[in-house]
Amino acid sequence: MAKPKIATASLAGCFGCHMSILDIDERILKLIELVDFDKSPIDDLKKFTGRCLVGLIEGGCANEENVHNLKYFRENCDILISLGDCAISGGLPAMRNSMPLKECLDEAYLNGPTVYNPSGKIPSDKEIPLCLDRVYPCHEIVKMDYYLPGCPPSADTIWEALVALLNNKPLDLPYELIKYD
Amino acid sequence: MSDSLQQKIQEICQSSNNDRVRMMDIVQGVQKELGCVSSEAMSIIAKATKSHHVEVESVVSFYSFLSKEQKGKTVIRLCNDTVDRMKGCEKVAEALSSELGIGFSETTADGKITLEYTPCIGMCDQAPAALINDVVAPSLTVEKVKEIVQNLKKDADPSKLSLGIGDGNNVDSLVRSAVKNNILKTGDVIFTDNESGKGLENALALKPEEVVEAVKVSKLRGRGGAGFPTGLKWQFTRSAEGKEKFVICNADEGEPGTFKDRVLLTEKFDLLFEGMTIAGYAIGAATGILYLRGEYVYLKKFLEAKLQERRDQGLLGDSIKGKDGFNFDIRIQSGSGAYICGEESALISSCEGLRGDPKTRPPFPAQKGYLASPTSVNNVETLCSATRILEKGSDWFLSIGSRESSGTKVLSISGYCKNPGIYEVPFGTKVFDLLKEVGAEDAKAVLVAGPSGQFIAPNEFSRVICFSDLGTGGAIIVFGPKCDLLKAVHEYMEFFVEESCGYCTPCRVGNVLLKKKLEEIMEGNGQPADLDYLQSLGESVKKSSRCGLGQTSPNPILTTLKNFKPLYEALVKVSEDGMQPTFDIRAALGDAEQAAERKSVLYTD
Repeated sequence: MAKPKIATASLAGCFGCHMSILDIDERILKLIELVDFDKSPIDDLKKFTGRCLVGLIEGGCANEENVHNLKYFRENCDILISLGDCAISGGLPAMRNSMPLKECLDEAYLNGPTVYNPSGKIPSDKEIPLCLDRVYPCHEIVKMDYYLPGCPPSADTIWEALVALLNNKPLDLPYELIKYD
Repeated sequence: MSDSLQQKIQEICQSSNNDRVRMMDIVQGVQKELGCVSSEAMSIIAKATKSHHVEVESVVSFYSFLSKEQKGKTVIRLCNDTVDRMKGCEKVAEALSSELGIGFSETTADGKITLEYTPCIGMCDQAPAALINDVVAPSLTVEKVKEIVQNLKKDADPSKLSLGIGDGNNVDSLVRSAVKNNILKTGDVIFTDNESGKGLENALALKPEEVVEAVKVSKLRGRGGAGFPTGLKWQFTRSAEGKEKFVICNADEGEPGTFKDRVLLTEKFDLLFEGMTIAGYAIGAATGILYLRGEYVYLKKFLEAKLQERRDQGLLGDSIKGKDGFNFDIRIQSGSGAYICGEESALISSCEGLRGDPKTRPPFPAQKGYLASPTSVNNVETLCSATRILEKGSDWFLSIGSRESSGTKVLSISGYCKNPGIYEVPFGTKVFDLLKEVGAEDAKAVLVAGPSGQFIAPNEFSRVICFSDLGTGGAIIVFGPKCDLLKAVHEYMEFFVEESCGYCTPCRVGNVLLKKKLEEIMEGNGQPADLDYLQSLGESVKKSSRCGLGQTSPNPILTTLKNFKPLYEALVKVSEDGMQPTFDIRAALGDAEQAAERKSVLYTD
């Protein structure tokens, strides 16, 4: 039987959660025995090669490309997991949610004390994805199946979750792994 | 600010002895005089009371009848509670708005009249109703409000309006109100002839401990909704350590649909004041405070006169009824429009001249209440019942009602029914029998104990009003066959969001999230999983909130989810493709498209 496939994406995140995936150290060899990696920044595959069992999503949605990507994952993965606080709640990028987008853009490109912008315009190249009015947690855009909290979730948390999921066993994380205060 | 105004403010502070504990009286006085409590006024008050500007501001910003910004000389507050909406408050609102030429939360250009909405003002039996400054205008119609506005334009003084005249003591020259009592069923305890003064006389013949014991034996429980055993509360307060002790009567019935205390205060003030005096004797207090909700301030002069009469008769003051060493007097503290102040520890905060924030418990008010002294906070009806227990004996009281719920309950019944009003019934009465009596046998739902209580469906109408089944502070709201229940649930959630004091996160944030999710479902964007979300979030808010408000605010949702689930199920549908129907990419991109002056290439219309 073919190995199940895993895909990962970093949306409006810092790649910290992906670092945490790599932090499983030598267990990555075991992981490779269990699964194949499909579309992911780790192998730099841009398109899905086939249906995936699990999609790990780091980061919330700050712009249209994030939304597009997340929907692409939803269409191609059986199970989607919000990995880390940005995916779950928007995280640090969502700090801008308390002010209108226009104010953020004005401060960044027009009015900020160190801005040099002779054009006096907010960049609008078609290559640059448009920002959303606020940063959305993933579950407000598509249905998410599981949530792994943490900033980032520790390697052990990710490992335990994946192993439980792949073996169809209930996940029993020790308190220390999900205690954050 | 002119010197004379400054002096006026100082005089108001002086009349409360520059005492910061009396901050409520001071800021209410200034609001009345100036039409607002401006920042400058706050500074003057802070200086006079040796308080801080921010402390004064925290009080002013908390209560809805106080404002920093200038309001019109006349403020019309139309009640937009669910029952008022059933009775046509929307049409009245339109008429008010068009007659005045302003929207709600606005003031006319000449600065004379401000128009606002307010939650339940305790007039559900004569809805739709409004407060015009302190004057109650019940049973409004489009024609009536047109006339009111025209007369107010001529003369801003609302007390000169001809709104009709009510019944009972509403006719008294100190009340002169159009409010009607609507006492439609009398019972054996409260609305019956009693031998005035006998209860107090009997109490004073006993030792204080024996009075507490008599109330304990009677199994009297709090009538405000929580149902705590009154005798036990008195015993705790009596035995708690403290130089001074206090009796506070909670007359801040703010639960939408409740209006029984209004009628008790109008007609049964003697029972109440006697009960407070008995409580004072029982727990060893010399001071009683009647916390009168801001909406009932039209009764204040009348009640103060009645207190004076009691003083003149030796029923209040020093050595009451010749009993050496028993000194007791009562003052009235008005509220200023805050639902949360019906919660006893928030009410105490308010009496202390603070924001109406609930206090952390323990210590309970019986140990550390008003000014950190042992305090017994009792509902109006509880104290009235205590008087009757001392008058007729515990056994008599036990013989009324059901085994574990002795006595009667005064209910305020309103909504979809032919005869809204006050019904005093013995505990153990079935909902079905109540509905028959009020003329609402085809009811689709009954909200027992107001929005913080529970919605019950016809298959539960055989349940009974008592502490072990359907406990209630007295609000019974009936919903007819054509009522949109979810719309009502949504209105109640709006109410709780508005009235949350904001202190603890579960209540401040949780109620907003509950309301938002409910809106999504009502708009047809909900999914079956959202019902589980409502359930678990609602339970979390209940479990983790700091006071009774958050511990009950999810009830409209939770009890309709339990008893009217098909209403929700008809609205939700599974999203086949896993996308969230509530997310609107076009709307989310609007701001950015405007800023970038181009359309999205990924998501076109």
